[in-house]
Amino acid sequence: MLRYVPILMIALLVIPVTAGLGMVLLPAFGYLPVLGGEQLSLAPWQALFSQPGLWRSVAFSFTSGLASTALALLIVVLFLAASQGTWLDRSLRRLVSPLLAIPHAAVAFGFAFLIAPSGLMARLISPWPSGWQSPPDALIVNDPWGLALTFGLVLKEAPFLLLMSLAALPQLQADKRLQLARSLGYAPTIAWLKVILPSLYPLIRLPVYAVIAYATSVVDMALILGPRLPSTLSVSILGWFNDPDITRRFMASAAAVLQLGVTLAALIGWWLLEQLICRCSRHWLTNGSRRRGAATLTVAGRGSLALTSLSALAALVGLALFSVAGFWRFPEFLPQSLVLDHWQRSAAMLAAPLVTTGVIALVATGLATLLVVAALENEQRQHLHPRRALWLLYLPLLVPQIAFLFGLVVAAEQIGVRPQLSLVIAGHALFVLPYVYLSLGESYRRLDPRWLQIAQSLGVSRNRAFWKVRLPLLLAPLLTAVAVGLAVSIGQYLPTQLLGAGRVTTVTTEAVALASGGNRRLIGVWALVQAGLPLIGFIIALTLPRWLGAPQRGSAR
Amino acid sequence: MKSRPLLSAVIATAMLALSLPGALPAVAAPAPDNWQKVLEEANGQTVYWNAWGGDARTNRYIAWVAEQMQADFGVEVEHVKLDDTSSAVARVLGEKQAGNDDEGSIDLIWINGENFAAMREQDLLFGPFADTLPHFALTDPDNNPEVVTDFTLPTDGYESPWGKAQITFYYDSAQVDAPPQSIDALLEWAKQNPGQFSYPRIPDFTGSTFLKQALIELSDQDDALYQPVEDSDFAEITAPLWAYLDELHPHLWRSGRSFPDSGPNLRTLMSDGELSLAFSFYPTDAAVAVMEYELPESVRSYVLEDGTLGNVHFVAIPYNSPHKAGAMALANFLLSPEAQARKQSLDMWGDRSVLAISQLDDSDQALFEQGEQHPSALPVDALSNTLAEPHPSWMTALQDAWLERYVVN
Repeated sequence: MLRYVPILMIALLVIPVTAGLGMVLLPAFGYLPVLGGEQLSLAPWQALFSQPGLWRSVAFSFTSGLASTALALLIVVLFLAASQGTWLDRSLRRLVSPLLAIPHAAVAFGFAFLIAPSGLMARLISPWPSGWQSPPDALIVNDPWGLALTFGLVLKEAPFLLLMSLAALPQLQADKRLQLARSLGYAPTIAWLKVILPSLYPLIRLPVYAVIAYATSVVDMALILGPRLPSTLSVSILGWFNDPDITRRFMASAAAVLQLGVTLAALIGWWLLEQLICRCSRHWLTNGSRRRGAATLTVAGRGSLALTSLSALAALVGLALFSVAGFWRFPEFLPQSLVLDHWQRSAAMLAAPLVTTGVIALVATGLATLLVVAALENEQRQHLHPRRALWLLYLPLLVPQIAFLFGLVVAAEQIGVRPQLSLVIAGHALFVLPYVYLSLGESYRRLDPRWLQIAQSLGVSRNRAFWKVRLPLLLAPLLTAVAVGLAVSIGQYLPTQLLGAGRVTTVTTEAVALASGGNRRLIGVWALVQAGLPLIGFIIALTLPRWLGAPQRGSAR
Repeated sequence: MKSRPLLSAVIATAMLALSLPGALPAVAAPAPDNWQKVLEEANGQTVYWNAWGGDARTNRYIAWVAEQMQADFGVEVEHVKLDDTSSAVARVLGEKQAGNDDEGSIDLIWINGENFAAMREQDLLFGPFADTLPHFALTDPDNNPEVVTDFTLPTDGYESPWGKAQITFYYDSAQVDAPPQSIDALLEWAKQNPGQFSYPRIPDFTGSTFLKQALIELSDQDDALYQPVEDSDFAEITAPLWAYLDELHPHLWRSGRSFPDSGPNLRTLMSDGELSLAFSFYPTDAAVAVMEYELPESVRSYVLEDGTLGNVHFVAIPYNSPHKAGAMALANFLLSPEAQARKQSLDMWGDRSVLAISQLDDSDQALFEQGEQHPSALPVDALSNTLAEPHPSWMTALQDAWLERYVVN
């Protein structure tokens, strides 16, 4: 039984993605009989290439995706190199999971309000000492270079990459290596960069690629923070798919295929960058320089992650303030009055979406965790090397959502599956599963096999050893993986909206629908609820193992 | 990598071929001439009503409607909150594409303008049904052609009127003494108050409406605007508009290098103090925002001297709705004096009624009597001067031309 699980899992992930892509590929070349597209043609591509600003859109998606990933990775690497177990380092590490839990849209809203000319930061220095009585007319959010979007993405990606690195680190026996390097006279930060990083990077490469794919095609954050004239490619695609001029769907499909190409190009660009850095750093790694630049790197490492975390926190505080704000105008730093109206009025509307959100997240994560654990257990029993098939698992993360979800809806209709709750759950599982696998895989493989050998030598069956020894030992990383899964599910917008025909209302779809109305106070309420939900999962993941007295292992430390 | 998309294309083609359904009979539609029968059939149905969900007040009103429908007719109404109505159009199309002709996921759509035109053109709507609704006569269609015309297109009974909107400007009277009264005056005002005004980025609905408003005032080609755009010289008619915008943009918010996302977004910017003059498609928008702490109490509303664009918004039933009777019962209830009066009250929503109120009997008229006028709201008589919507093809043509001109390549 167990041996069929990997195949089942891969089929579950690969079939929907390829079916969805197929249903986008056909109209991209003019075939969509219901709209009169009876034969293949290149007309959709001609229409696409004549769109104003198309190449700028492509450039935004490409550069903001690469730049944000590079920046986030740099922050994480420098922090890990510089963090040597001080109080600040430990608190920052603890802050990571909650930051990861906040949905992208909520971070984007908060961040936009933080940096806008009329936002919190400007209010902090107004009217004194800036002299601004009214907000300066400066293009900061939605800037034409996509910088706001890039930094917004960094806020979300740095915590994810840090969590993935922390999960991978223990198997490198970093402490021993560092001790050795330091005994040879290397400064701690330099020692980490020269001794640990080269072996750590291969372990977090897939998550990095997933981040690039996400960042090049993100919709919700780009809607809020991204450039406008034109937008990023993904936002334009959404607009074309939803255009009342229905014939634009041909062009939209072509654009979705183009998006796939852009993401692929970004991945290849990153890979080339890897090769380049690898080549260029060879000399530095072996030149024997032990201290040069250590102090600067240490300060930069701690400072940049602290700044990232602080920005995300300040963004949340801004949202919280708005959710209880009475009239609040620039340059007042605090609202004139605090009221509970917004919460009271939303309370009645909150109940049903909360239940739906919870049901979807729990079922999708439960299913995903079950499959992942079964696959990992199979891998252990068969002594398989995990690498190759892994790439298929990441397909839903590497192929941009916007490129295949529209097609997936059509494909589902085709085989008579109507939009409904179970379809949404299946759709969520598509994205939850890879993340659960990412979070749990390393801890699972790292667990000392002697525990199970001892158990079996005492006459315990393999299955019993699994339940009685392995699972309890892995409780902490398992709960963390579940929490990550819940957070991923709760944050999903596009799959919920498309696969549920809009009938399945979650906290996230409500928040995005309200966002189009622009009422910051209500957005504040819903974004806080949206951010608070996954937090519950992480708090349970952190406290339950301690409370049960389970061993402290793996990434939940 | 090349082979996988190809393979999936083959699979998808095979799936398409396999699933080609025989011509399915259209779902048994209720006979609209027997209203009692419609109500009987509606009882127990669940109506999925797709309507823009960006406004808390609209949502609250729809929630109230749902309660009434459940209590009075045994119809359950589920509000499917859209962030963009056109996505519902796209969904019905997707269903038609997949051969889903009688199990559609949408029973009623809040719709008008180009979305309606697109659905009619693709044969995605059920009808005619509107003229058979018992309450439809209360709109007095013979004397109010706007309830049977949508962006110059006759609705032919495929839409039932629901409410009225009209461009309404608002400003902070504490900061602005004399707001501009015409599109020309607006340019002068913007020059004197740089960065204080903007309009939503095209193709947003409110932004596109602003373009049409400006075009109507700047060109003297009124007749041409009410014919399909192909029938006239687009470049010549719109030349004054582009000249105007070229001159206006450097004085807009962010010097016209970026534009707000939507009508409601203008309100947020006003609330942040970034703008001091804005406009909305909902005449009561400013008053409502004041009541919800979004705008200062010194805000006042007005319409331009020569009138502003207005239109009627509707509800329509997709051709593949499985609950047409429930949808018709709902559309009829929305036209009842009780529901229309509720909708018009500022406490509920503030959306203007489509009923011919002076034709109603006294007790129904009394429902519409409002208490004291909110100081930030538009005076009641201010909306008499309404300009009609141009042909829908103008909207699309203007949007494309705007994007062509102002999106940075």
